Amino acid sequence: MLLIPCPWCGPRDEAEFHYGGQAHVAYPEDPAALSDEEWARYLFFRDNPKGLFAERWSHTAGCRRWFNAVRDTATNEIHAVYRVGEPRPVTA
Amino acid sequence: MADSAAESTAERRSPAAAFAARFEAASAGGGLRLAEIPFLTQINLRVDPKSPAAERIGTAIGVPLPVEPGTAAGGGDLEVLWLGPDEWLVVGPDGAGPGLVERLIEAADGEHVSVVDVSAQRTTLVVAGDRARDVLAHGCALDLHPRVFGPGRCAQTMLARAGVVLVAGEDGFRLLVRSSFAGYVAEWLLDVSAEYVAGG
Amino acid sequence: MSVQPYRREGASGRVLRFRFDGREYEGLEGDTLASALLANGVRAVASSVKLGRPRGVYAAGCEEPNALVQIEEPFPEPMLQATTVELYDGLVATGLPGQGRLADRPDPARYDAVHAHCDVLVVGAGPAGIAAASVAARAGARVILADERPEPGGSLLGTAETLDGRPGREWAAEEVVALAALPEVRVLRRTTVLGHYDDNYVIAVERRTNHLGAQAPAGMARERVWRIRARRVVLATGGHERFVAFAGNDLPGVMLAGAARTYANRYRVLPGRRAVVFTTNDSAYAAALDLAGAGVEIAAIADVRQAPGEAWAARCAERGIEVLTGHVVTAAKGEGEVSSVEITPRVGGGAREVPADLLLVSGGWTPVVHLFSQAGGTLRYDEELGAFTPGETRQAVEAAGFARGVGGTGVRTLRACLEDGAEAGRRALAAAGFAMPAEIAVPSAEEEPAAAPAEHLWLVEAPENDGDYGTHFVDLQRDVTVAEVLRATGAGLTSVEHVKRYTTAGTAHDQGKTSGLLTGGVVAHALGVDVAELGTTTFRAPYTPVSFAALAGRDRGPLHDPVRVTAMHEWHAARGALFENVGQWKRPWYYPRQGEGPGEDMEAAVLRECRAAREDVAAMDASTLGKIDVIGPDAAVFLDRLYTNMMSTLKVGSIRYGVMCRPDGMVFDDGTVIRLADDRFLVTTTTGNAAAVLDWMEEWLQTEWPDLRVCCTSVTEQWATVALVGPRSREVLARLAPGLAVDNDSFPFMTWRDAEVAGIEARVCRISFSGELAYEINVSSWFGLALWEAVMASGEVTPYGTETMHVLRAEKGFPIVGQDTDGTVTPQDLGMEWIVSKKKPDFVGKRSFARADTSRPDRKHLVGLLPEDPGVLLPEGAHLVETSALPEPPVPTLGFVTSSYRSAALGRTFALALVSGGRERVGERLYAPVGADLVPVTVTSHVLYDPEGARRDG
Ligand SMILES: [Zn+2]
Repeated sequence: MLLIPCPWCGPRDEAEFHYGGQAHVAYPEDPAALSDEEWARYLFFRDNPKGLFAERWSHTAGCRRWFNAVRDTATNEIHAVYRVGEPRPVTA
Repeated sequence: MADSAAESTAERRSPAAAFAARFEAASAGGGLRLAEIPFLTQINLRVDPKSPAAERIGTAIGVPLPVEPGTAAGGGDLEVLWLGPDEWLVVGPDGAGPGLVERLIEAADGEHVSVVDVSAQRTTLVVAGDRARDVLAHGCALDLHPRVFGPGRCAQTMLARAGVVLVAGEDGFRLLVRSSFAGYVAEWLLDVSAEYVAGG
Repeated sequence: MSVQPYRREGASGRVLRFRFDGREYEGLEGDTLASALLANGVRAVASSVKLGRPRGVYAAGCEEPNALVQIEEPFPEPMLQATTVELYDGLVATGLPGQGRLADRPDPARYDAVHAHCDVLVVGAGPAGIAAASVAARAGARVILADERPEPGGSLLGTAETLDGRPGREWAAEEVVALAALPEVRVLRRTTVLGHYDDNYVIAVERRTNHLGAQAPAGMARERVWRIRARRVVLATGGHERFVAFAGNDLPGVMLAGAARTYANRYRVLPGRRAVVFTTNDSAYAAALDLAGAGVEIAAIADVRQAPGEAWAARCAERGIEVLTGHVVTAAKGEGEVSSVEITPRVGGGAREVPADLLLVSGGWTPVVHLFSQAGGTLRYDEELGAFTPGETRQAVEAAGFARGVGGTGVRTLRACLEDGAEAGRRALAAAGFAMPAEIAVPSAEEEPAAAPAEHLWLVEAPENDGDYGTHFVDLQRDVTVAEVLRATGAGLTSVEHVKRYTTAGTAHDQGKTSGLLTGGVVAHALGVDVAELGTTTFRAPYTPVSFAALAGRDRGPLHDPVRVTAMHEWHAARGALFENVGQWKRPWYYPRQGEGPGEDMEAAVLRECRAAREDVAAMDASTLGKIDVIGPDAAVFLDRLYTNMMSTLKVGSIRYGVMCRPDGMVFDDGTVIRLADDRFLVTTTTGNAAAVLDWMEEWLQTEWPDLRVCCTSVTEQWATVALVGPRSREVLARLAPGLAVDNDSFPFMTWRDAEVAGIEARVCRISFSGELAYEINVSSWFGLALWEAVMASGEVTPYGTETMHVLRAEKGFPIVGQDTDGTVTPQDLGMEWIVSKKKPDFVGKRSFARADTSRPDRKHLVGLLPEDPGVLLPEGAHLVETSALPEPPVPTLGFVTSSYRSAALGRTFALALVSGGRERVGERLYAPVGADLVPVTVTSHVLYDPEGARRDG
């Protein structure tokens, strides 16, 4: 059970959160202008690194805020959390 | 059956009304007090905390909206619970709903706010007494130590498998529970308290 | 005085009676089942799982590989170690042949769980653990001290050591009593820490009444799962002694030397009369001397080393114990138990056979690193110790005492453990931000003889002309011998993980506590590599077996999952409704008519309810639908982006049906949208998707469109809803709401009105999920029951449940999201092109409707099916094929049935189905394989009833 630091509520059990996949995948500005391949890339393709990964979480059982976290997928260590709209912080 | 359903009385019924007697029995030992506080007014308020509207609302209801996450602020017969960075629950006595909604909207003065009467959305259960922390610890993963979660703290979290708003007061805890979950949470509390009631 | 032939003089305690394998015995309070059996001279306690060999008590704790028992009374509990079962009066147990039997009845005991938080969790109340906890607790930190045994002391319980001049056991007891009295300290006895997870989340199981047998108080949880979140963890878990692989090392009478010492000292039981000791290190000398002092004749000590600790050798000489240096035990011999031991010099000279009924073995000590490793810590091989010790970790955890391998010579030294524990306590305090106490007193221990280095011998080789390793056991519980390990390495396996899987060594429920390292040692020996290089197999939770009952706790029966009910639930239950689970909701499924004679069955009840809704007037509790208040100046723009159709053009006072898709164009949810004001909408969702839709809205608002001024608030339970349906619904509503103009012009379809209904403030919506004239009356859920009772009061309104609701909507071809859709279905697939806006520049899902895949002609369409035999009800999920006889598999399937009912209105059965190119197949005959039959069906439009929509205005 990870202890995830919600930027608002502080550390809470992982069970209070929903996972939202890779962060910084914006909804395309003009989907109609995209080729099928580009649209499919937005819909279906995500990174899957071993190591640091910027991902989205929502504190669904708490303040219901979405936020981003940089987590090491190999160790589960969360290196940073930051609010939606903020740039990904530089982490070691 | 048709007989008992034959009379319409337009009476209010609170979500945990059926548990009153069992709550009372569980409270008889003295170590624990379980009860429902029915029909409290609860208004969900969404407003930008930095906006003039937020400040005007605080002034209008006599309670500045608490901006520190997980805290509650009180004044008069109202209490404002922090639910999120732009979301509060304004709790007041039975019957205060319509007037309170008006006051909040008036104070917003046309700025974008969301004011929704959710009084019947949740009911309020009291878990008080010396064993209150022990009872809640069976289902709540938060650290309820008085140094960490003392009076004035509130949190949206899980109790067993139900979402709750947990409020710490001087005399124990209040659980704001979704009405449809009230029976489950009541049964859960009574089940947990069995050991504490029997053991004193 | 009872007859316990192997009990030492001076043993005290209440006499307890128990039964084992059908025989009556007596033991003493404080015994384990193992010590009581040994006191009674019971040598063979169980038999081995594969070979059926007799097995005796080997250890004195949770590392026991042999003495598996089943408790039969008061309640059957399989696969327990006799060494960890506390004796109680009336205990009935049997020895197991390696596996137990599950109880044939539900366990009446209570099991529960609790969360706990602390600054410092100390695992193990031995000398190091107590020292660590004392330091932390006296500085005011919140401390939890957990220990698996009934009493604190750890290794002190088995030795005769003294601390501050007191017996170690007494010292530990007093220290822990003093600790427990501190306000921020919690001492958990009989509590095994099973798992160490991310962020110092630690799971432990406390056995609270197991030791009380039938005397256990009924209301008290028998076992309790502790979910502990610790800022800092100190693992003072000590070590387990391991044995050596030699011939016959599994015979009853072979025992770990430290265990024998514990039985003699702690339990005052002699595990035998005449013993041979076989050791690779100094620790067995202390055992031999204690046993000799207790009255066991020590026939010889075979030490693999040339140079044992001098002080130990001298003490043995004093006592007249023969020490054979540079010797090994080549075999334990005897029929069913040890009667003699074969000792052989390592270099030159012949074997000699020494009569003995006990063979004490010490192959060295292995620090208990399970939890450290589970926590993600690395392990490194300690040459002196001959074992793996904790290395690096990124969690706030450290090992202390022998768990860290302190001492440096492969044996535990009490002083070093105490000091190390206190140091760990200091570090924990500093890390948790506490001020250091001024003075930390570490108790004084006796001077211990300087230890000589251990020699790490894993395997006593069989004579060259023999080569039989068939009774050189490495894993006693799995019956794995050196012969099998050699077969594995001979087959080319070079990793301990592979050997583990090939031989099953280390996979038994003792988790290879005594065998893990030994197996590695033998593999290394066979491959001619270093044990250090091989490493260990992965340590996984649970550290010791845990019952499913404990893990389930109270999350079973009625508390297994929340049961959500509406404000009208009591009425439904009293009326005898049967309920359907919809998500966590209990919804009335149907209401069998009550009265004289046999009860009405479901088919009859549903047909009756359907007829009432189509021909008369009926009502359903629709409160479970999700409801979301959407408020803000940009609310209309927001809903335009989420729904496939246009919501911004909806007039205040009106209602529109809408569908939401995921970006991939697949239907996600549907419901109605009510415009309450220019800047306010009330959105309904399907019952099961209420939370998901709210989350979906928040996700888009917070992560993509933070500029939109919109707030969403769940009001699902704020409102209770009664659906009033049928040609006479207008008349009933008019009576209930005399102030409401209900005629079609005043209150047209897809509009809403505020009104007083039955004296209750209400919002009435004219919407229909059945095609009939219908209303949904919404009131504060406090008044839900009152409204329902008012609707039912006249006795002319038929209550109906979800089954009837399903039939009515299916007759009209209205799909249910999640039943007729499965995440691969577009609105167009459902025949709802009309709901997909062509005008809006974009909405979630729009781009995907231009993908080649969503316009394929063979996409599955929602169609109706009419079985040619109007009495045949197709099973939901039935597949559809083209041919009247099944070809050779694989049989191409065209689709499947999603909904299937008997219709009162159609006078026959019908179904909805997703069928490849279905709309082009209307009129075709297809077949549904049902059991052995192929049922012919005709494809029709999915709208089977009132396709003109003539009935909705009444
Ligand atoms: Zn939060």
